Amino acid sequence: MLLFMIVMIVHAEYRRKATSDEQAERGKLAAALKLTDLCLFTEARYTRHPAMSDHFAPFQDYPSALEHFPSGSLVSPPNMRPYVNHP
Amino acid sequence: MSTTLNRYRYILDFALSSLLRRKVKNMSLLLVYTAIIFVLASLIFFVQSIKHEAALTLDQAPDLVVQRMIVGRHDLIPLEYAGKISQIRGVTAVTPRFWGYYYDPVFGANYTLLVPDSNPPPVGSIMIGAGVARNQRIKTGDLMTLRSASNIPLLLTVQGIFPTHSEILSSDLLTMSQEDFTTMFNFPGGVATDLAITVPNPAEQITVASKIAALYPDTRPIMKSEMLRTYDTLFDWRGGMMVVVLATAILSFIIFAWDKATGLSAEERKEIGILKSIGWETADVLILKFWEGFVISLTAFLCGILLAYAHIYFFAALLFKPALTGWSVLYPAYHLVPSINPYQLMTLLFLTVLPYTAATIIPSWLAATVPPDAAMRS
Amino acid sequence: MIELINVTRTFNQGKQNQFTAVNDVSMTIQRGKLTVLKGPSGSGKTTLLALIGCMARPTSGKITLKGVTTSFFTPAASSDTLDITSLPERFLTEIRRHSFGFIFQQFNLVKGISALENIMLPAYTTGEHHHHFRQRALNLMEKFSIIRHAASPVEWLSGGELQRVAIARALINSPAIIVADEPTAHLDSVLSREFMATIELLQDEGRTILIASHDPLVYNAACINTVVSMRDGQINDNVTRS
Repeated sequence: MLLFMIVMIVHAEYRRKATSDEQAERGKLAAALKLTDLCLFTEARYTRHPAMSDHFAPFQDYPSALEHFPSGSLVSPPNMRPYVNHP
Repeated sequence: MSTTLNRYRYILDFALSSLLRRKVKNMSLLLVYTAIIFVLASLIFFVQSIKHEAALTLDQAPDLVVQRMIVGRHDLIPLEYAGKISQIRGVTAVTPRFWGYYYDPVFGANYTLLVPDSNPPPVGSIMIGAGVARNQRIKTGDLMTLRSASNIPLLLTVQGIFPTHSEILSSDLLTMSQEDFTTMFNFPGGVATDLAITVPNPAEQITVASKIAALYPDTRPIMKSEMLRTYDTLFDWRGGMMVVVLATAILSFIIFAWDKATGLSAEERKEIGILKSIGWETADVLILKFWEGFVISLTAFLCGILLAYAHIYFFAALLFKPALTGWSVLYPAYHLVPSINPYQLMTLLFLTVLPYTAATIIPSWLAATVPPDAAMRS
Repeated sequence: MIELINVTRTFNQGKQNQFTAVNDVSMTIQRGKLTVLKGPSGSGKTTLLALIGCMARPTSGKITLKGVTTSFFTPAASSDTLDITSLPERFLTEIRRHSFGFIFQQFNLVKGISALENIMLPAYTTGEHHHHFRQRALNLMEKFSIIRHAASPVEWLSGGELQRVAIARALINSPAIIVADEPTAHLDSVLSREFMATIELLQDEGRTILIASHDPLVYNAACINTVVSMRDGQINDNVTRS
C-alpha cells in the first residue's frame, strides 16, 4: 500500500512536469484574451466569472432572491476592499 | 532493543490474524472508513488542483479591470473613461474588453462571447472552445448559427477549436471579430463591457485603483490580487454544498467511531482474559488493540487516498459531475494537473486515524486491566 | 521452592459480601516434587493456585520463591529468596511468563486460531525470536503426538487433543513450575489416566508440579509426592509420600 502511495506521489510530480508547457500555453491564452476567470461553471454569470461579480449579482433577479443555482453554493462572493469606492 | 521490536512485531502478527478472523465485520468497517476518506480526499485533491491552476494561469490575467455599475448592476463602460485613466501615473495601457454571454436555446447552453484584443478571427469566423464543439458536435470548418439580438440568425464558420488542455479556461468560449460581436448583440458604439488596465508595478495597483474610483465614482476597479483571492475562497467550506458533504462525512465518522468505542463484544473480552492469564501484560493487550485499530485506519486511509487520486486525475472527478454541472449543460472536461497538498492530507490523517485508534484502545482499557486470575475462576 | 507464610486472601474486603478464600495458610512446595491440593469445591484450592502462580497477591502474609532467576533479581547465593508478595504487576507477570506454566480447568484456548498459534501465544510477548519458539512448539506437539493438528483451528480438536494443546502451551516457555487447576474435570477415566502419565513424564524432567483436584484418579496416583488437604480455606492435612 505504501508502495502505491510512493508511486502516486512520483506520478503527480511527473504529470506536473510533463504538463508544464501546456500550463505555460494556458497562461499565454489568458494573457492574449485578457481572461480573468476559469471556466468552471457555466450556469450563472456570477459563477462563470466569479472574479467579475459583486455581492449583488446573485440577487439581481429580485431583492432577497434565493440562490437557485447549485454552483452558487460552491462559489463565495468576492472579497471587497473597503477603501475603494463601491456603490 | 531487538526484544522490544520483536515483541511489537509478534503482537502485530497476532493483531493481523485477529482481524482476519473476524473478516466480515472488519471488511465492512474498512469499506465504510475508506468511503469516508475517499470523499474527503477527492474534495481535497480537486479543490487543491483548481486553486493551483487558478494561481498559475490567472497570474497572466489583466492587472486591473474597471467595471461600470448602475443601480448596483454591471453596466457598459463609456470608452471616453479610458482617456483619463490612461493618464494616471503607473498605467501603461488601457484596453477595452468586449465580451458577454449568449444563451443558445437549441442546445440549452450558456456561452461566453469575446472579442480578442489582438489577432481577432476574420469577419464570419469564430474560434470555439472544446466544450462548445462537444456540445454542438461540430468541428473545424463547420457552420454555427447564432441568434443575434435583432433576431437575425448569424452564420459563422468555425476557424479552430481551442486545445483540450485549455478547457478549464476556454471550454465555453467563442471568440469573434468586433463586427460580428456588434451585429450579434446590437452593441452600441462608444462603449465596452469593461476596461483592462495594465499596471506593471504591482505596488502601484492599489493606488491606481483608488484614483480610478475617485475619478469615476460609478466604476468598480477590480485588482488582480482580488481576482486571485476569489479563487482562494472557491469551494470554501462555508458554501452550501460543501457544508452538507463535510457534515455528512464528519457525522458518519463519529457514528462509526462511537460504535467502536462503546464496547467490546463478550468474545473479545473473554479473549483478553485468556491472554492475560497466559502471561500477557496489560500493556501487551493494549498494544494489540492499538495495532488492530491502527492497521484498519491506516489501510483505509491509504486506500481512500489512492482511490481519490485515481477518481480525480484519471476519471476527471466523475462523481462530482452532477454537483458541478448543476443546471448547466456544458461541463468542462477536467484535465486537472495533480496537486498534492501534504499539509491537508496530514490533517486528514490525524483527524481520522488518531481518533479511530483511540476509539479502539479506550474500551479495551477496562477489559485489559482485568486481574489474570479472573480467567481461572470463570 | 515456593514458601507460603500465613497467607490470607480476602475478596471484597470491607464490603458486605466479604469472603475469605484462603485463611492463614502456611506451606512449602518442594522443588521437583509433584504436589496435589485436594479438597471439595469452594475450599480455596483455585485461589491458592492463583496466589502461588503469581496471578494474584495475598491480602496478608508472605510468599517467597527460591531458585528463580529473572531480569530484575539474580540470587547472589543459592539460598536467596525472592519475596513476591508485593511485587508490581509487571514483575509478577514476568516471573509468571518465565517460570510458570498454567493448565486451566476450561483449557482457555483462543478460538479461531490454530493449535500451533495457541501454543506459541505465551511466547509472543517475551521478545524471543519467532523461529526459536516456533520450533519449540512443534517439538512439543510432536512429543504429545498432536503434530498433525498443527494448522487446525482448535474448534476441530477433541477433548483429549485440546488438553494436550493446553499442556503444550503451558510448556512453551520451558517453565520450572507447572500449575494445573482441576485438569481432569472434563475428561473421562482413560484420558485422565493419560493425563497423569504425561504429568509423570514432566516430573521426570525435573519440573515442580502443583495440581488442584478433587478427582481420586489424580490424588491417588502413584507418582504424587505430597497431598495437601484443604477445607474452607485452610489446610487440614499435609501428607508426604516418598
